[in-house]
Amino acid sequence: MKSLMLGNEAVARGLYEAGVTVVSSYPGTPSTEITEYATQYDEIYTEWAPNEKVAFEVAFGAATGGARSFCAMKHVGLNVAADPLYTASYIGVNGGMVCAVADDPGMHSSQNEQDSRHHAMASKTPMLEPSDSAECLEYTKLAFELSEKFDVPFLLRLSTRISHGRSLVELSPREEHPVKEYKKDVMKNVMMPAMARLRHVEVEKRNEAIRVWAETSGINRVEYNDTSIGVICAGSTYQYAREALGERASYFKLGMVYPLPVDSLKEFAGKVDKLYVVEELDDIIETHCKKHGINVIGKEIFPVCGEFSQSIVRQEILGEKLSGVEYDKPVPPRPPVLCAGCPHRGLFVALRNLKLYVSGDIGCYTLGAQAPLAMMDTCVCMGASVSGLHGFNVARGSEQAKKSVAVVGDSTFIHSGITGLINIAYNKGISTVIVLDNSITGMTGHQNNPANGLTIKGDPTVSVNLEALAKAVGINRVVVVDPFDIEGTRKAVEAELASEEPSLIIARRPCALLKTVKHNPAMVVDTEKCTGCKSCLKAGCPAISVRGEANKGRGNAIIDPNQCVGCEICAKLCAFGAIGFREGK
Amino acid sequence: MSVKNIIIVGVGGQGTLLASRIMGNAFIEKGYDVKVSEVHGMSQRGGSVVTYVRYGDKVYSPLIDKGEADIIIAFEQLEAARWLPYLKPDGILISSTQKIDPMPVIMGKAEYPENILEDIRAKGVKVIEVDALKLAEEAGSAKSTNVVLLGVAAHFLGFDKETWKRIVCSTVPKKTVEINEKAFELGHAAK
Repeated sequence: MKSLMLGNEAVARGLYEAGVTVVSSYPGTPSTEITEYATQYDEIYTEWAPNEKVAFEVAFGAATGGARSFCAMKHVGLNVAADPLYTASYIGVNGGMVCAVADDPGMHSSQNEQDSRHHAMASKTPMLEPSDSAECLEYTKLAFELSEKFDVPFLLRLSTRISHGRSLVELSPREEHPVKEYKKDVMKNVMMPAMARLRHVEVEKRNEAIRVWAETSGINRVEYNDTSIGVICAGSTYQYAREALGERASYFKLGMVYPLPVDSLKEFAGKVDKLYVVEELDDIIETHCKKHGINVIGKEIFPVCGEFSQSIVRQEILGEKLSGVEYDKPVPPRPPVLCAGCPHRGLFVALRNLKLYVSGDIGCYTLGAQAPLAMMDTCVCMGASVSGLHGFNVARGSEQAKKSVAVVGDSTFIHSGITGLINIAYNKGISTVIVLDNSITGMTGHQNNPANGLTIKGDPTVSVNLEALAKAVGINRVVVVDPFDIEGTRKAVEAELASEEPSLIIARRPCALLKTVKHNPAMVVDTEKCTGCKSCLKAGCPAISVRGEANKGRGNAIIDPNQCVGCEICAKLCAFGAIGFREGK
Repeated sequence: MSVKNIIIVGVGGQGTLLASRIMGNAFIEKGYDVKVSEVHGMSQRGGSVVTYVRYGDKVYSPLIDKGEADIIIAFEQLEAARWLPYLKPDGILISSTQKIDPMPVIMGKAEYPENILEDIRAKGVKVIEVDALKLAEEAGSAKSTNVVLLGVAAHFLGFDKETWKRIVCSTVPKKTVEINEKAFELGHAAK
């Protein structure tokens, strides 16, 4: 039976068919849905881990224990999991293990555009790269076979267009792989210098064996058409090149992007007149070719930055360009915004006039960096708000610490904010950290996390008590506020900033998009009272705008009843009492 | 059959993904190769969103580039203007008349262009406009805007109305079948 599946869904199907029994992941766009889809199979144990390092180690522990196991993460998540990855490559597996890592060329939803193939090379971990949903399924299963055959975890490289593209997939039944026997093997599983030195030698031999296998196994596919143009490509770039060039070119489609083949590439190079490497992001295949004396054209014509498409290939190789219909007037951009009714808006409005340095973090609240809220000075990586704030305050002194806060979401705080908080307490800092606790991992599409009391399946479980956690690590001043109480929130922030001790403020209110959240009716504007002053627009709410010619051309505020959920933040910004609920509601 | 390209554009949260899923299901039922490229994550928070749907005998790229779209289905006028360069010169634009101000316009930093659909029509593009939000509300929920627009688009996507209706009903959540069926009818009749 053929089914139209998201790449991520097809990877999950591959896990099912490959007999995987253990999955541990941390959400991250564009990888999140793999684990969500895997959760729909009763045969697979799945969990959300607090971060990618934990997820990788859980999966690796399960593989050591003899199960086929898996973890998924976005590209930057693999940085967090890099520590176990690099040594897992030395140790190898008992049951097969695969780690999916999803890159985001074009940065649709990421803070950088790193190329995860570097991690494969640096950690000496083999990596497969599918080019559509059918290959997502096929390569996932193959990766488990190869993981067991060559005794090493495998990486599966995805990218936004593969993870979030739907294409046809042929389904097969599940093949059970019972948990293998565990035998204690200190020389293989305990990486101390004496053992690791021996294992490194094995790693080099193993990767050479994998390369030799890849030369002839068919994982890398050659398609000969017109041989005046040859193209080496992998993943989505195969699709772009094939679309742009059709049978006017021959293709060397890599399925395994580390280790790369040598002999078969040389053979291909010898049969085509002009050879191009079409690869998104860095020049990894190109550098490999050049190192082995294969003459290729790559980054001198193709960009390092951004996402590719067929038009880039068409233009750079054929010199052809299609054009559509141009629209002549300027089209204003439409950046993403905090949703109407978002609790983060209340916190940012409360912080507005305090003239603070705001150390930011990764999550929906990062959208508060944009105008009109503009309430963020930095955003680096998960947890950096907390540790970075401490560094900023140490550098600039205690007066600065009274004018600075960190803002970090509940899930991000658990992921890696807590270590920064321990650092503040231990090193006698006086920083003020604000956790925006909306009871969910929001930006990635509503995943439960250790702080909201629900498992990945939605079953009740223990939840991290953030107040008690902060106290346990030595933070004596812990306050909980409701971010919709703007005045109360502002006062609490001022009080904590003034203190000579470190503080944790928990701004607690669930995400407005949660189904369990009850909303007020939409608010309305009293046009008699509205003066068109636009104070309400400072909320940066997508549901409110000022239009029309009333008030001497300044217009009146208008609230979109389809979006407004009655959070009342705009009403609190209105000095004229012009925004309220319809009478009787 | 050579590959047909459809772009669905709108504002994050408007339900563009459901429309592309319904189309995808329809085209595989007819035995076509299909690729759909979706946007998840950050842009879904009220940003400009685009979904590409491609079908034919064999589809390679999941993306549709400038000048390649046969049909653009716009859930919002400004998004119709933004994605217009992706339309083939002889392509069709189906657009809802709905307008949603983006933050720069709300802030007064940019202007929402006037007469967008008229201007596009003046360029010789075949434009079909429909007040999809109004029809969706008439069907019983503003959330069925996507199915109203699909009803309009069905006129240009091959196979008959009953096939489309059946696939709409089997793809949408069970509780919303009645509303969506009505939304499809209203959209189909609006062309």
